[in-house]
Amino acid sequence: MSGRATLSFTVNGKRRRVSVPPMKRLLDVLREECRLPGTKEGCGEGECGACTVLIDGRTVNSCLVPAVQADGATILTVEGLARGPKLTALQQAFVEMGGAQCGICTPGILLSAHELLRRKRGKVPSDPEVREALAGNLCRCTGYQKIVDAVRAAAKSKR
Amino acid sequence: MRAALSTLDVARPRDLADALKMMRAAERPTPIAGATDLLVYLNAGTHSGRQFVDLWGLRELSGIRAGREGVRLGALATFSEIREHPVLRRRLPALVAAAAEVGGRQIQNRATVGGNIANASPAGDSLPALMALDAVVHLRSQRGARSLPFAELYRGYRDLAIEPDELITGVEIPYPPRGTVQFFRKVGTRRAQSISKVVMAGVLGLDRKRRVSHVRLAWGSVAPVTLRSTHAEEALQGATPSPEAASRAREALASDISPIDDIRSDRDYRTTVAGNVLLQFLRAADPRFART
Repeated sequence: MSGRATLSFTVNGKRRRVSVPPMKRLLDVLREECRLPGTKEGCGEGECGACTVLIDGRTVNSCLVPAVQADGATILTVEGLARGPKLTALQQAFVEMGGAQCGICTPGILLSAHELLRRKRGKVPSDPEVREALAGNLCRCTGYQKIVDAVRAAAKSKR
Repeated sequence: MRAALSTLDVARPRDLADALKMMRAAERPTPIAGATDLLVYLNAGTHSGRQFVDLWGLRELSGIRAGREGVRLGALATFSEIREHPVLRRRLPALVAAAAEVGGRQIQNRATVGGNIANASPAGDSLPALMALDAVVHLRSQRGARSLPFAELYRGYRDLAIEPDELITGVEIPYPPRGTVQFFRKVGTRRAQSISKVVMAGVLGLDRKRRVSHVRLAWGSVAPVTLRSTHAEEALQGATPSPEAASRAREALASDISPIDDIRSDRDYRTTVAGNVLLQFLRAADPRFART
């Protein structure tokens, strides 16, 4: 396969077909072809987690996923969390508890936290569990505590 | 630099046989698994390959099978799959601990054991665990299959004893003898998501007379390759645990490792910390190593 590859996948519940160079980063495919700029680029080398999205229910650094490997996948980006104007409990907790400041890490952190809450199946994660789950997401504003508090508050509100 | 990604060719094999055929191409294609290292190199312009073979999703290379004598990890087994596997958690805790400290969750969901081996970084976190656990690496090419003890895999810095047309298909790990203690310790700048300054995996067992009868000490980030500290192991083999035996092992360790000064740490720090990590392991394995 050279030049362009025709790939199809589901993003936020919608089927998409794109024709892109196979090694194009999934991050760029989401932002450019899919017009979903909620996913941010931070470091571009898998350290900061700003570009985190879910593929088949698991978090990935979309800056490190070649587009070709997303063929057939089910992808969730930050745009797919809220239903219209209605925020999820997690997003609402971030708003209310100061879990977001400058905001560039927030989409990735929401998705890592989303994966954690799904993995916990209704149980409230401990503070260290939240920190471990978010270890691949860097935030330079909050000092993390408000993020941890927001994730735990969202887990409690869902019970 | 990123524009260059648009010019790369990716072949997509249907199955392993197809992939092995593609690996014979004259251009010596680079196999891709989770791509967590490869895309970093490509973005930085430090990987010169133009041809790739995408292995992701090949069923023959996926999955973890736990048997009576040991486990077989498919080359594409991810670190998430390893850390979540119930049998591995019980029988190979050193490997599970290593898997849980490779990058963050996002990396663990994509990075594979075969990729960690093939990338051949001296700082690869799973590598000391595989080495301490006497892993055997399975290789395949169109010419046939062979297996290689992990200890014979690295000939030098990022120099693998694997032919260009061979693929890593899996890793076999025997369960360590009953009663042995496993240990894993990674020392980095922060607890998560850091590249190791020193990384170590150990296995230690005692005989009926409570002398050391089985010992493996494997290290990363302290030499050009992942290695076992054979002199330190010899100092412990057959010894009755005592603070003196621990000191002798620590002294011997200094002759096994050859850490360097680099951006992450320096030689003196790594030597001191490696010694401390060894003592921590020994004391955890048997309190007599600590008693004075």
